[in-house]
Amino acid sequence: MLLEVRDLQVEFKTRDGVAKAVNGVNYSVEAGETLAVLGESGSGKSVTAQAVMGILDMPPGRIAGGEILFQGRDLLKLKEDERRKIRGSEMAMIFQDALSSLNPVLSVGEQLSEMFTVHRGMSRKDGKAKAVELMDRVRIPAAKERVGQYPHQFSGGMRQRIMIAMAMALEPSLIIADEPTTALDVTVQAQVMDLLAELQRELNMGLILITHDLGVVADVADKIAAMYAGRIVEQAPVHEIYKAPAHPYTKGLLESIPRLDQKGQELYAIKGLPPNLMHIPPGCAFNPRCPMAQDICRSEVPPLFDVAPDRQSACFFWKETLDG
Amino acid sequence: MGRYVIRRLLQMIPVFFGATLLIFLMVNVMGDPIAGLCGDKACDPSTAAQLKKEFGLDKPVWQQYLTYMGNVFTGDFGTAFNGQKVTELMSAAFPVTIRLTIVAILFEIVIGISLGVVTGLRRGRPVDTVVLMLTLVVIAIPVFVTGLLLQLLLGVEWGVVKPTVQPEAPFNELLIPGLVLASVSLAYVTRLTRTSIAENARADYVRTAIAKGLPRRRVITRHLLRNSLIPVVTFIGTDVGALMGGAIVTERIFNIHGVGYQLYQGILRQSTQTVVGFVTVLVLVFLIANLIVDLLYAVLDPRIRYA
Amino acid sequence: MPEPYDDGAIAGTGAGGAMDLAASEATTLERTPGGPQGTGPAEKPRSLWSDAWRDLRRNPVFIISSLVILFLVVISLWPSLIASGNPLQCDLAKAQEGSQPGHPFGYNGQGCDVYTRTVYGARTSVTVGVCTTLGVALFGSFVGGLAGFFGGGWDALLSRVTDIFFGIPVVLGGLVFLSVVTSSTVWPVIGFMILLGWPQIARIARGSVITAKQNDYVQAARALGASNSRMLLRHIAPNAVAPVIVVATIALGTYIALEATLSYLGVGLKPPTVSWGIDISAASQYIRNAPHMLLWPAGALAITVLAFIMLGDAVRDALDPKLR
Repeated sequence: MLLEVRDLQVEFKTRDGVAKAVNGVNYSVEAGETLAVLGESGSGKSVTAQAVMGILDMPPGRIAGGEILFQGRDLLKLKEDERRKIRGSEMAMIFQDALSSLNPVLSVGEQLSEMFTVHRGMSRKDGKAKAVELMDRVRIPAAKERVGQYPHQFSGGMRQRIMIAMAMALEPSLIIADEPTTALDVTVQAQVMDLLAELQRELNMGLILITHDLGVVADVADKIAAMYAGRIVEQAPVHEIYKAPAHPYTKGLLESIPRLDQKGQELYAIKGLPPNLMHIPPGCAFNPRCPMAQDICRSEVPPLFDVAPDRQSACFFWKETLDG
Repeated sequence: MGRYVIRRLLQMIPVFFGATLLIFLMVNVMGDPIAGLCGDKACDPSTAAQLKKEFGLDKPVWQQYLTYMGNVFTGDFGTAFNGQKVTELMSAAFPVTIRLTIVAILFEIVIGISLGVVTGLRRGRPVDTVVLMLTLVVIAIPVFVTGLLLQLLLGVEWGVVKPTVQPEAPFNELLIPGLVLASVSLAYVTRLTRTSIAENARADYVRTAIAKGLPRRRVITRHLLRNSLIPVVTFIGTDVGALMGGAIVTERIFNIHGVGYQLYQGILRQSTQTVVGFVTVLVLVFLIANLIVDLLYAVLDPRIRYA
Repeated sequence: MPEPYDDGAIAGTGAGGAMDLAASEATTLERTPGGPQGTGPAEKPRSLWSDAWRDLRRNPVFIISSLVILFLVVISLWPSLIASGNPLQCDLAKAQEGSQPGHPFGYNGQGCDVYTRTVYGARTSVTVGVCTTLGVALFGSFVGGLAGFFGGGWDALLSRVTDIFFGIPVVLGGLVFLSVVTSSTVWPVIGFMILLGWPQIARIARGSVITAKQNDYVQAARALGASNSRMLLRHIAPNAVAPVIVVATIALGTYIALEATLSYLGVGLKPPTVSWGIDISAASQYIRNAPHMLLWPAGALAITVLAFIMLGDAVRDALDPKLR
């Protein structure tokens, strides 16, 4: 197993109290596998990823419990300097907004070659050559001429390619992509996703794809973990979840995707808002918005039920959901 | 870039003439330009009229102003009360004030930026709170009070430095006056650096730099500082002009014979030419400093393009 | 085009932040409350000012500086409450004497009671500070507000005019302007400071009006055909006023310091006006033998200026949500 997150808990201290952003998340990724983590903003999907990368802001953030096993080692037990050496070389991250995530006052060449000079001790000249090579590899035209340019001089899609190049630079075994295409035009989204998938295959990397967009997931992911209020509510191979979701939340998400064969019908929307993380409702966090909620949902937290050998759902009524 | 410089230079022209005209009017219309010419007594009416004619003071003010500016552009700043050329006074005074300003700027850079970085990275910790309070205290105490107190303590009580500066004003004697002159700006630089660092520390690109696995030192120096110092550098740049004009108080406390001293003498003896001449040069310094800062901005921040 | 930092740099550092934070009770009521944060329905929508007030009430810096300012205002209205003597009644025989019963601060160079003069000096400083600030704030926000609202030629003209005033070093301008004035009242000093001070407020007001003008609901009001005067008074002014108040409070302290500086240079206030600046200037000649003559008025001056700067700083921090 490449990465295994076990019972991870993350809290944030705020002025008004402690917000529980992640409440016991379990997921795993193997080499060459793509896990899509699905959820609305505030579901804890990005926070989990940041905890894995070790880039949480602490304080106000705090890891309250759990383990993050990467290639057999618990990252949370490592010293900061050891973790730093893993970041960038063994695991890398691609962020949503490439414009703000790239340093505006350094040329893209400098930002790419930095990976090699810092982690591999290369000279600046060799680093720059590597930068050009990387830009070629992510298919940025005229890489040699553009290596000295600044992020704002590139288009959105090209900038995201540079982010990808930076993440791929040292051929890490795990990539975490946090909404990598959300900020892009629809036409560019597909190109960037294809590039990412292609490089993943080539290097046999594990990929965690964080998104709120089920449409992006279908083609690239092997399995899906849906998160709600800091917990995983359903985990399943991708084709099974599309066929028949086993949790009302995932079901709601799937039904809110516009489909060609249902033209003219009103689009489904999940009612209500995600909960305040400082006052998560008792019982199942989804109960106030759930069409199937019963008394038990308001009093007991549902455990993860095994639906199938590699499939779980955190719903007391997973059977009914699956059938209905 | 070239076109931008030209546009900025063109914009400077009305500002330059506006500011100098304002000073010219203050001195010539509200004051009595010939008052200083007859010694300590007032001039008798016939001498006054003759003097006015001689200096062209019977002409309308705008004509006087144009004549004066015409002379200035040929390098003629007129004569001071004791018959000395104003340009001679300038060549004696400016080097001293420039040296004092350099000392002050060095204090701002070394102490101000260091304190700002330290506090910006430790926001909300005790160091931060203490330094923040100190900067407010420094800002709140007027420079002349700070100056007098430091002079009293270091110069008189403990005898660490000489309480006054010799006419040649060597660098080592300018250390304490430079610190006094810099004090308020230093506090501003500290606060500005702190705010800038603290804001940028939460920027996405800093998170990226951490995610790249760069050592903390490199994240701070190469990514965080480089961006955070842009506003600080511009502040220090514009401060050059302000310091030279504001040196008057410091120079008076430590008896430094610089620009402020000459100006003060000029005002006391009502020497119009000295006052207007020095102020004109100072306004020019201020404007040029501002222009250089704007251009520096483009060098530091590639996002800014001048059309 | 980069704007140079002006001499209100404490305000200046936050001015950018202070400008876009502007919102007030009046406008929050008009806005539809509740974003996607999902705060419980029981919670009232909180406005910027009530949020700030909640912060300020708990901020010791705010409480202390407010109390100091309250005290200063009271003793400048009724100095005889705490000082029974006459500040102009002096006895040369007692010149430079130190502390003694009934005269805790000793006597100054003319044999006047330092305690009484320090108390009466507060009136001058507070008068100068308050009058200058009122003048600067009213005139500055009027000119700046109009320039920001109407834009175009007026705006360009204002920029040039403020540039001219920023081009004149304040102390120098004061020396030139005030050296020809013979009046011994406080009004020429106040007049001069308003003359050189208004552009600073005008810039702030202009900036915040422009920011407020671009808010969506203001655009909406314009689209609905609201008149110019209604837009300015009802929608823009309430939003633009916060930064002006903050900068003006801080500036009040600096005006008091400037008056003292000008008086120290011999061109500000003139005897028989009782002013800390005059007393400090007179005492600086005896600094070696009788430092007490300098320290008391200087201390009072520093505390006064500090109180106003801290008050403004605390209010700014409370109004700036970004720094929380």
